[in-house]
Amino acid sequence: MKQFIYFIKKEFLHIFRDSKSLIILFGLPIIQIILFGFALTNEIKNVNFAVYDNSKSHASQRLINKINATDFFTLQEYITNPDKMEDALTSNRVKFVLVIDADFAQGMAQTEESKIQLLLDASDPNIATNIRAYINNIIADFAREEFPTSGEKELITAKMFYNPQVKSAYLFIPGLMAFILTLISAFMTSITLTREKELGNMEILLVSPLKPYQIIIGKVIPYAILSIVNIANILLLGKFVFGMPLNGSLLLLILESFLFLLNSLSLGILISSFTNSRQVAMMVALAGLLLPTMLLSGFIFPISNMPKVLQYFSQVIPATHFITILKGIMIKGIGISYLIKETTILALLTLLFIAISIKKFNVRLDK
Amino acid sequence: MSQLIKIENLIYAYGSKIAVDLPYLEVEEGDLFGLIGADGAGKTSLFRLIASLYKPKQGKITVFGQDTMKDYAKIRQFTGYMPGKFSLYEDLTIKENMNFFASVFETTVAENYSLIEEIYVMLKPFENRKAGKLSGGMKQKLALCSALIHKPKLLLLDEPTTGVDPASRQEFWEMLLKLQKRGITIIVSTPYLDEAQMCNKLALMHKSKIIAQGNTSDFITNFPKSLFHIKASKMRDLIHILRDFPHCHSAYSFGDAIHYQDKRNLTERVIQQELDAYLKKAGFSEVRIDKQIPSIEDAFIDYLHGQENDN
Repeated sequence: MKQFIYFIKKEFLHIFRDSKSLIILFGLPIIQIILFGFALTNEIKNVNFAVYDNSKSHASQRLINKINATDFFTLQEYITNPDKMEDALTSNRVKFVLVIDADFAQGMAQTEESKIQLLLDASDPNIATNIRAYINNIIADFAREEFPTSGEKELITAKMFYNPQVKSAYLFIPGLMAFILTLISAFMTSITLTREKELGNMEILLVSPLKPYQIIIGKVIPYAILSIVNIANILLLGKFVFGMPLNGSLLLLILESFLFLLNSLSLGILISSFTNSRQVAMMVALAGLLLPTMLLSGFIFPISNMPKVLQYFSQVIPATHFITILKGIMIKGIGISYLIKETTILALLTLLFIAISIKKFNVRLDK
Repeated sequence: MSQLIKIENLIYAYGSKIAVDLPYLEVEEGDLFGLIGADGAGKTSLFRLIASLYKPKQGKITVFGQDTMKDYAKIRQFTGYMPGKFSLYEDLTIKENMNFFASVFETTVAENYSLIEEIYVMLKPFENRKAGKLSGGMKQKLALCSALIHKPKLLLLDEPTTGVDPASRQEFWEMLLKLQKRGITIIVSTPYLDEAQMCNKLALMHKSKIIAQGNTSDFITNFPKSLFHIKASKMRDLIHILRDFPHCHSAYSFGDAIHYQDKRNLTERVIQQELDAYLKKAGFSEVRIDKQIPSIEDAFIDYLHGQENDN
């Protein structure tokens, strides 16, 4: 046991003496939270818009006021000539134009068809999608208030559940957690293990009475501890800086995070068992882990928008399931009974990675 | 003395390239066994095979009766290994490295301090310096301390003095002799033949094979032919002219002279006279031909020479 504790202590010394790994371990997560939270946000604020109001009714005026009253949108101008609508968009004065039909008020009360049209500047598709969603919500709200008897209508095409304000913090926190855990646990673990091989330290570690599992666990535990610190960091920042809700059980969230942590660590060990140099390990981890985690897990791009092949591929990426679990617990507040499928897949993947790693770990230097 | 290492029909290869081909070798307990050979002769591979880090492609190695294939865990308990490349942690200090390796072997520096004391006192003033910042000699002392920390019965040292200054090399070998007296069996490889003379057993490795082995003293007493130490004017041409002599077995530069062996079994005086006449005829002056007592280096050059002629 003393042997083991000293091993872990030594590993911490390595980490704290290497400024580069410190930056990756603690700097990167914070930089990412800030980048995703503030700079790369899809959230919209003070978006300028124009109105082409054919109805000129009280109802239409109330709707315009309602939209203008939010933090999201600022009424820039009224358009009276329909030919000028496009000009307003192309000149970048406004991001969208709200077109209200002449029979808007009657239409809202009776007919099935939409009486409101949105002309969106879709050069930034994510923002355009968000704007549409916001406007839809506002109009739906408006319809409920103004015409309570008319019932739900096709006026609103997209119904927004769980994230009615389409706050991007809700989306990026789970993804970022998956990404940072993959980065620290899998990426750093694979590098730290191959480092021993590359620098020749493994040669003496192998010729010692240390058992392979002791070497691996001893090297991995410090990164597990640091990952836990990072999980806490992200959750706290998410909650207190970005107002991320936690509707489900905190305990379940932590347990699932540990499962994913274990999964990432075993992936890191797996990579290191195939590679002998840090560079190769780094490339494999980058191309094989970090990129898919970032691009194919639903973190940045919705899985449903991907080609079928990539959709299948996303199912073997552990982060995909972890993100689903996190969103479920944090936003929907659901319990374990709804997450059995994802949890089982994660657990099975973890067992598979550990099994291969154990089989592949070499107690010698040659094959 | 009992046999500590026994190697039988050992073959090791990298792909199709044979690295070690060793029909038989044994090392006895208490030996200071020197392994000599040029770079690429297969010394490091042999060390790794004995340390159970490589799997033999064929044959068997036993260390204290334990098979390196099946019982590698036991072998690793009593073996101290110092790889050719500095393999301690360069970002840890001397003290941290020592404590770490002591803990790996479930012991403490204090427990076995008597064994390493003599070397460690030299490192002590720099205890808090990082290993990466040490000189070659200091690194090697640290690596030796760390290989000794668990009181191994067998010490494997792969070119420990390569890249180390002469004074440190001297100290290092004195240390090895002391360790040998304490009953630790040591196998050490070196490219320096003057050092090799300190070993009581020697093996010469050449192109994956051990071409000569035995007691160090026997190498010299068994030297087959008489050897001459030759100096003359125009030293630069001397070696070529000597090699052109029809009865020349071998001629090679040795320090500032040429060492010469004759093919024939004639008396020394006859050879001396013939050579003197031959060289003077070839235009050399100040010719000095003396009998030379063979050193270990002469013995090995002779073995290598025989090896090349066989091929």
